[in-house]
Amino acid sequence: MPRHLLSAGDLTRESALHILDTTERIGQAIAGREVRKLPTLRGRTVVNLFYEDSTRTRLSFEAAAKRLSADVINFSAKGSSVSKGESLKDTAWTLQAIGADAIVCRHSSSGAPHQLSGWVDGHVINAGDGTHEHPTQALIDAFTVRKHLGDVEGKRIVIVGDVIHSRVARSNVLLLSTLGAQVTLVAPPTLLPKGIESWPVTVDYDFDRALAGVDAVMMLRVQRERMGDAFFPTTREYSRQYGLDDRRRALIANHGIVMHPGPMVRGMEISPSVADGPGSVIVEQVANGVIVRMAVLYLLLSART
Amino acid sequence: MSADLAILITGALPYGEESQDLLLVDGIIAAMGQDAVTHPDAAGAQRVDGAGLIVLPGLVDLHTHLREPGREDAETVETGSAAAALGGYTAIFAMPNTDPTADTAGVVEQVLRLGQAAGLVDVQPIGAVTVGRKGERLAELAAMAHSAAQVRVFSDDGDCVSDPLLMRRSLEYVKAFDGVIAQHAQEPRLTVGSQMHEGAVSATLGMTGWPAVAEEAIIARDCLLADHVDSRLHICHLSTAGSVDIVAAAKARGTKVTAEVTPHHLLLTDQAAVGYDPVFKVNPPLRTSPDIDALRRGLARGTIDIVATDHAPHAIQDKECEWDQASPGMLGLQTALSIVVLTMVEPGLLDWRGVARVMSEAPATIGVLAGHGRPIAVGEPANLVLVDAKAHWTVRGSDLASLSRNTPYEGMELPAPVMATFLRGRPTVLNGQLVG
Ligand SMILES: [Zn+2]
Repeated sequence: MPRHLLSAGDLTRESALHILDTTERIGQAIAGREVRKLPTLRGRTVVNLFYEDSTRTRLSFEAAAKRLSADVINFSAKGSSVSKGESLKDTAWTLQAIGADAIVCRHSSSGAPHQLSGWVDGHVINAGDGTHEHPTQALIDAFTVRKHLGDVEGKRIVIVGDVIHSRVARSNVLLLSTLGAQVTLVAPPTLLPKGIESWPVTVDYDFDRALAGVDAVMMLRVQRERMGDAFFPTTREYSRQYGLDDRRRALIANHGIVMHPGPMVRGMEISPSVADGPGSVIVEQVANGVIVRMAVLYLLLSART
Repeated sequence: MSADLAILITGALPYGEESQDLLLVDGIIAAMGQDAVTHPDAAGAQRVDGAGLIVLPGLVDLHTHLREPGREDAETVETGSAAAALGGYTAIFAMPNTDPTADTAGVVEQVLRLGQAAGLVDVQPIGAVTVGRKGERLAELAAMAHSAAQVRVFSDDGDCVSDPLLMRRSLEYVKAFDGVIAQHAQEPRLTVGSQMHEGAVSATLGMTGWPAVAEEAIIARDCLLADHVDSRLHICHLSTAGSVDIVAAAKARGTKVTAEVTPHHLLLTDQAAVGYDPVFKVNPPLRTSPDIDALRRGLARGTIDIVATDHAPHAIQDKECEWDQASPGMLGLQTALSIVVLTMVEPGLLDWRGVARVMSEAPATIGVLAGHGRPIAVGEPANLVLVDAKAHWTVRGSDLASLSRNTPYEGMELPAPVMATFLRGRPTVLNGQLVG
């Protein structure tokens, strides 16, 4: 295990598989229990340091830490000393002083968790930074793929939509390729970052063509809030070109699954019938989130350093 | 009759060539070679051992940010002047993006006087092109030109004069007093939210890119405008291979364009951003290895006329923060010559005469600054720097004279420390230390 989980690129194939196997074991251990709580991290302190609102992600990490019996401190930057101008470094010193064993950091600036990791002794987990990465979401997605398709290796996976702003896409590209999947990114050219040629993926602008026979299709949220300017002409045109509807759903392999990290824009990115239809694992992705994050916290905090 | 101030530099090598003695008397080079020792003023002169040291004309920086008035916690005219003298400079041009902006005769004269009070280098103010650097209407350029500061260089640096009509008018207007517009070439619409060079590294780091074309498009446009109105244009801090090509083509056509490159753009690439340390955040951003190659070749060939530091001090809190919130810029004055030696002299792309040209003569000419960038010859002003080309030094931000610490070279061992600097025959630096 690396000391921190800042990027999906920090994980080797071996360590990624170790996390997924541990997730599996934790899932089994909990399934058989009346009280779904393990004593593993009793006495350890996990801080949820959220500079950006994300109730879903915070609740998921909080539940994960509590089910491992850790003490959880939620630190929201809103209404705190941060909004009075305290710097990230000052906050790091505070967390250091209270003895945080792990810091789950969500931040609107790319690289902020990386910087934080240089200023604290605790383990830092990137819970989403700017338009950079969200490695635990990629682990959740890989775990979900494995559960449904048996393995990630050799699977053909299409990731569709707002790649340029998507930390989920960046982390998934790294992790899925480390695990041996063939990844295709589909988006209008305006939503693909310049320099993508260096990524271990193929790129296609034609959704229909890319879908033929794939094992999993992963839809991304279109981040309208990050789009100061037009990246595409209209939502109607986007939906026609890159939305997942019933007709396109039929192009995927029979066993194929449909994924979305949420929150979804129904009707635009994905039609309600596909989101709730056969092969959709969207709800399960959320449920898997807690056990994957338990595995990550457990492995980081129990590693001997 | 004895001189007020006489210094005999023994055994130094002008332009790295033949060993000579130099006698500096009352601000000028009074004698060289055999004549220096036999000169009547040599007897009472203070002796400076220059054995084996390279002598160059005092360096001239066309692009320095001094932060005063307004951000005296980051740098003052005095501390910036000290950094400049220690870096071998005898004159620096102060960019006008201060608070208040140097866009009136009053502010440029204030900067000039602060420079004179510090007395370590000649501080020549640059005036803003537009009021408040807002890019909306021309500042009173003639008033600054005719003020005590005698401003000849005008720039909205930090921002681009992006309105093509305003750019045309400013180029035309400054012809009346042999002025030059120094353009920070950055198409603002193509760089909204930009954090670093747009390419493979920005894609991986998830940072909004600053594409090369945003610089190149403005340079191409401005060269055409300068041609059209037959005016002098200077391009600040070229950073891309494409920019070098465009300037080369414009020069071949006869455009009155000059260009500068910073030391950091000759050495560092966008890979430096990988650790998200904002000390490497700079505008224009660090580019790629092919860009560095093109910039070095452009400088060697003369397509790029000068090296300018873009010395940009920032207080700690403006750098020790999230990358996207950090101020862009790096310290440059005390490391510039070493980086030029490392990137240009050691690989054989430039000799010492070339260094004198790009770091002293050409910047003084572009900025129309009399008394600097002159040849090392009898009768010329004694603005000189002595460099130890055989020695090395280790960069420690805490040892630098600047009030700020944002050097990208922390801990690096660099060649060619500056041993002494003379401003009008008076030492400002001796043995690598400030004098007085
Ligand atoms: Zn600039």
